[in-house]
Parts: sequence; C-alpha cells; structure tokens
Amino acid sequence: MTITQSLFYFLAFVAIFSSLLVVTAKNPIHSVLYLILTFFTLTGEYILLNAQFIGIVNIIVYAGAIMVLFLFVIMLLNLNVESEPQKTNLMKFIGIITGGIGLVVLTAALKSTDPSNTVVIQEVDMGLVKNLGQVLFKEFLLPFEIVSILFLSAMVGAVLLARKETK
Amino acid sequence: MSETLNYWLVIVGILFVLLNIAAFLIWVERRMLALWQDRLGPNRAGPFGLLIILADTLKLFFKEDWIPPFADRHVFVIAPAVIVISVLLSFAIIPFAPAIQIVDLNIGLLFFLGMSSLGVYSIVLGGWASNNKYSLLGALRGASQMISYEVFMGLSLMGVVMLSGSFSLRTIVEAQKDYWFVLLQPVGFVIFFIAGIAETHRLPFDIPEAESELVAGFHSEYSGMKFGMFFIGEYLGITLISSITVALFFGGWLGPAFLPPLAWFAIKTAGFILFFILLRASLPRPRYDQLMEYGWKILLPLTLLNLLVTGGIILFLNQP
Repeated sequence: MTITQSLFYFLAFVAIFSSLLVVTAKNPIHSVLYLILTFFTLTGEYILLNAQFIGIVNIIVYAGAIMVLFLFVIMLLNLNVESEPQKTNLMKFIGIITGGIGLVVLTAALKSTDPSNTVVIQEVDMGLVKNLGQVLFKEFLLPFEIVSILFLSAMVGAVLLARKETK
Repeated sequence: MSETLNYWLVIVGILFVLLNIAAFLIWVERRMLALWQDRLGPNRAGPFGLLIILADTLKLFFKEDWIPPFADRHVFVIAPAVIVISVLLSFAIIPFAPAIQIVDLNIGLLFFLGMSSLGVYSIVLGGWASNNKYSLLGALRGASQMISYEVFMGLSLMGVVMLSGSFSLRTIVEAQKDYWFVLLQPVGFVIFFIAGIAETHRLPFDIPEAESELVAGFHSEYSGMKFGMFFIGEYLGITLISSITVALFFGGWLGPAFLPPLAWFAIKTAGFILFFILLRASLPRPRYDQLMEYGWKILLPLTLLNLLVTGGIILFLNQP
C-alpha cells in the first residue's frame, strides 16, 4: 500500500467514526466538535486529490464559519435533556423509513458508477486555484452567476424574516 | 540529506525564534505602555527589568493548574491549545527572507485565512467549557466579533491578490519590487489591519475579555500554563498579523541592499508590533453594538467598494 492509499483509508476511517460520534454524542456541543473533525478529514481527502482550493475553502467556510455559528446558536439556546422535545414513536418510525429510502437511492446511484475510474485523477492540476477559476468563469459562467444570485436572495430573505417589525 | 537537514533547521529555528519573541513581547509591551503613559514599568529584575520575562514564565509554570469541577474537562483542556496551534501553523506560509520559508503553498493566503478562522474556537470553546456566565458572555461576543471581522479580512486582501495574480505569499512579495502594495491598496491595508486587531482581540477590540465588565471574559476560569497559552497565543497573533501585513502591503523582505533581507523583514514587523502596543496605550474600548455596527455598516461597504474599484482599474489598464 502506498502512502496515499494508507492516508486515504486512515482519513476515511476517522471520517466515518467521527460522523457516527456526531449522531451518538449526548451533548450537542460535542456533536458539533465531532462534525468539525469530520470536515477536517474531508479536507484531507480533497488534498489527497490535489484539490487544494476546495480543501481550504472547506475549512474556511464549513469548519471556520458555519460551525462557529452552530456553536453560537447552541450556546444561546442552552439545550437540556429535560427541555428537549421528545419525539413520538410515529415520528421515529417515519424517520427510519425516510432514511432507509435515502440509503436505497444512494446505493443505486453508486452502483451505476464505474469504481475503477474514480480514484485516478484525470488531470492532476485541475484543483488548483488558477485552473478552477478558468473553468468556473469561462465554461460555467452562467450557472455560477445564477447560484450566486440564489445565495444573495436567500441572504436578503433571511434578514427580512429575522427583522423585527418597526412601526 | 543536507537539504532535509536544512529544512528541519529552518522549521525548528522559526519555532524557537517565534516562541522567544512571544515571551519577549511581555516585557516590550509593559515597558512601552509605561513609557507612553508616563510610568516606569517593570525595572527591578535584571537590567531594564528584562528578567521579568523569566519571572513571569516561572510563575505561570508553578501556579496551580486548576480545572474547575463544574467545567467540561476535555473541551476545557483543548481550548487553549487550539489558538496556539492555529497561529503557529499560519507562520508556515510566511516568507521571512528569500531562503527562509517553511512551505510556499499556492493557496498560501487562503491557508492563513483558514487558520485564523479556526482561532475563534479557542475563545468559544474556552468560554463555554468554563461553565461560567461571564465566560459564556465573552465567548458569545468573541464568536460574533471574529465571524464578522473575518469577512472583511478576507475581502480586503483580494485587492492584493488581483494585483499580483497569485495566492502564494512569495509571489506577492516579489510582485512588490517596484512599489509596495500599500501605495496601490491603502484602503485594503487599513481595513485588513483593523480586522487583524479584531481577530487577535487586542485593545481597542478586546470585548471578549473586557475586564471591566466580564472579570476576564472567556479565560476567567483558566490558571497556570493554560492561561499562559491564551497569553502566548495573543502575542503570537500580534506577530502573525504584523508579519502578514509586512509581506502583503510593505514589500516583505525587500529593501535597500545595505541590510540583509531578513533584517528588513524584522524591522518592518517590529514597527507594526509597536503600533499594536501604541493602540492599546491610547484608544478606549468601544461598546459591543458600536463594534458590530462599525464593522457591518462602514467597513463592509468600504471593502466591497475597494474591490470593485480595484477590479475596474485593473480591467481598464489591461485592455489591449
């Protein structure tokens, strides 16, 4: 096994293990911390693929900003076991069914891909900032701009919803 | 073989120098504050009071390292380490001189932004794990302050990236051969520096620890070397922001040839560190809501405007 392969298996193991801990941890703050660990392992996987830009943006955006906001909200809410709403058995049952259907769809989707082709990097320098920028702003300019407008409208909408009514 | 040895020497050397600078800054800060406030400052132990560094460090090591029984033990222990690790990792990409740089990443600047955004966890987790209302208030303030100022910090640097066409710090320094970027990006520099002060939560932006309202904010419950880590992390943060500013806006190691490149870098960085201390000596702390309004209503529009104008001028000049 080469170093890259063993690193991949190590990171994949930590990723799965820590995401299991996210679900099983009793304390919501600990869940968030395990989720941050999961993001770090994912960044490691991106870097193994030489996708440096995606890797570092994953840290800046997810680990660095969104997770801090998660922590912020959880601290403000001050979740306790007593005050947490208990789910009924029907809700749990529906949850299991929905999750199971999601799993089936994912398995079907993964089965149709060719696994021999996925690990080999087609173009080694594809993930560098320069090449990624060229592709994003030339080939995919229109979808990229539409996505950014979507983000902007979501942001404005969120601010509008959260605003207090002033007379 | 000798190349590997050289590489390790650079890493160990940088680490050694940085930790010593962080300790030395304890003395520098106290002496300079005293000078600017017409006091004497520490002058008893050793020549010019220099041995206060030794006395302070020994005191920190020998103090009882107490973990409060009501704290979340694991998170409480991890929190102070996070800030030191994230700041030290950022130093890996700084070109101190042509031959002295640990790694020249082509996403160097983004790496710095990523690491500095991880520093928030130290404050948030430290404040939460202490399980103390003053600490929690400090943590919440710290989280919102650093999340907000991170936005302008990243955006204010994009002007420099546009001018040099690269995220690699070495390329950015070399692009400043003719003139420093501070001349082309004065707005970017001022906003970056303000955001840098907020990121290192130094006075006047030290509202996460505001001792007049919150005891000591997020680190109220910390003692011994765990408190020392926050302390060292703060001084390392000052050094980091100063050296990044020098590399991005003030030509890095470039300077007239009568001094070696490393000396130029050190002199410029020292100037900014002293400026940090002068700010502490002269400015009062704003209120929390004033800080947020200043950020979102003044700095963010200014940063976006700066980005727009810079991009427009570059496009105009590059037209065939």
